[in-house]
Amino acid sequence: MDTTNPLFFIMNLIPYLAEGLLMTLQISVLSFFFGLCLATLLTLMRVFGNLPLRTISRAYIEAFRGTPVLVQLLLIYFGLPSIGIKFDPVTAAIITLSLNSAAYQAEILRSSIKAIPETQYLSAESLGMSTFQIYRYVILPQALRTAVPALVNEMVALVKESSLASVIGVVELTRRGEYMVAYTFRALEVYIAVALVYLVVCLALSQLSKVIEAKFRIPGYERGRA
Amino acid sequence: MSEDVLLVKDLYAGYGNQEVIRGVSLKVSKGEKVVIMGPSGSGKSTLLKSIVRLVEPWKGLIYINSINVLDPRTDIRKVRQMVGFVFQSYNLFPHMTVLRNITLPLETVKKMPKEEAIQKAIKVLRLVGMEEFKDRYPLQLSGGQQQRVAIARALAMDPVLLLLDEPTSALDPELKEEVLDVLRDIAKRGISMLIVTHELDFAEDVADRIVFMDDGRIIEEGPPHRVLYNPRIDRTKKFLRAIARRVFR
Repeated sequence: MDTTNPLFFIMNLIPYLAEGLLMTLQISVLSFFFGLCLATLLTLMRVFGNLPLRTISRAYIEAFRGTPVLVQLLLIYFGLPSIGIKFDPVTAAIITLSLNSAAYQAEILRSSIKAIPETQYLSAESLGMSTFQIYRYVILPQALRTAVPALVNEMVALVKESSLASVIGVVELTRRGEYMVAYTFRALEVYIAVALVYLVVCLALSQLSKVIEAKFRIPGYERGRA
Repeated sequence: MSEDVLLVKDLYAGYGNQEVIRGVSLKVSKGEKVVIMGPSGSGKSTLLKSIVRLVEPWKGLIYINSINVLDPRTDIRKVRQMVGFVFQSYNLFPHMTVLRNITLPLETVKKMPKEEAIQKAIKVLRLVGMEEFKDRYPLQLSGGQQQRVAIARALAMDPVLLLLDEPTSALDPELKEEVLDVLRDIAKRGISMLIVTHELDFAEDVADRIVFMDDGRIIEEGPPHRVLYNPRIDRTKKFLRAIARRVFR
């Protein structure tokens, strides 16, 4: 490995770091997926539930948004074993990020549903449609379109937050960087390389968001959209 | 004409604890066209919405085709299938084509097979002169075109009564006319209509009876000619002077 030219050094690091990227993506994609499932449940409870269900959903969301995700991770990985619940580091990271992301995704889904004007409900009701039909055909297809940019944004946040898993010993992108620093003592170049890999992934995701938005764009609705 | 399509008796309705409709009684016979006029906030819109319980009435009686609308055992969705509602702001579903806007309720509510629903949709679109726009999306259309589609959507359900809530108020004068022409045409087909509108010429052409509302009550009603040219109540006179001046200025 060339040790004199920093640029060349960084370029050489990338393939090694890319292997860590696989773990980063695995954690963030799974967390996003499980988070979305739980978020859907939380949103159903919030929108259709009775008072106790709504309260549970709200309390969950407040609890996970109101505490640092690092603390949640430490609690689940180091705290839970004392009551007999033990996970390996990767599982603990996926569980923590899923639970955390669910709170944010639930808020995204709820606000997207709330963004649909009441006139759409009235219009569908006036035609005799049932509540299920109204959500299935009228509200959700529009709400999910509204939700796409914010959901992709949440995915981007997860990619970055998954770096916290390095703290409990998961060998993902950031952890690989740390190994490299220990090996080469060149923290500046290594962490620049690590940052670049995250940046590329996140840029690709924003691009993906644009593609999805374009695909599901409502014709005639161009002007209101940035 | 003995059969009333709509019978409203002593109806009270409102939002929260704000009373908007204060004891309205109204009839629409089969094939009859009734126009409701009145100043903003007089309760015209609320009255129309409460007839199909888009606003929940407080007390009173509503019968549509002899079905007791306010009876808790009545399935309100069955009633809404029989009554077309056209909104001031059209309220089409923006993420669906014009055709789908019409076939969706036919398929989901009336359980019509897809092919039949498409045939029916094209038929009503032709009626409002919008057939060639069937594959467009609502936001690609002008306001007048959207409203014509909304009228077609209501007609596709074969309603016994059509409720129209200021169908041309959001439109500029030119687009107004295309919608009013469609409504005149539909009126000739014998469907019962209850229309909130401030279009004097249209009301005079189409209405069998004009009902004037103020402050949640009906204060005057009668044949169009009588109410429009010879109103008896001061409030009606004042209102007609105001809108006539606006129209003819």
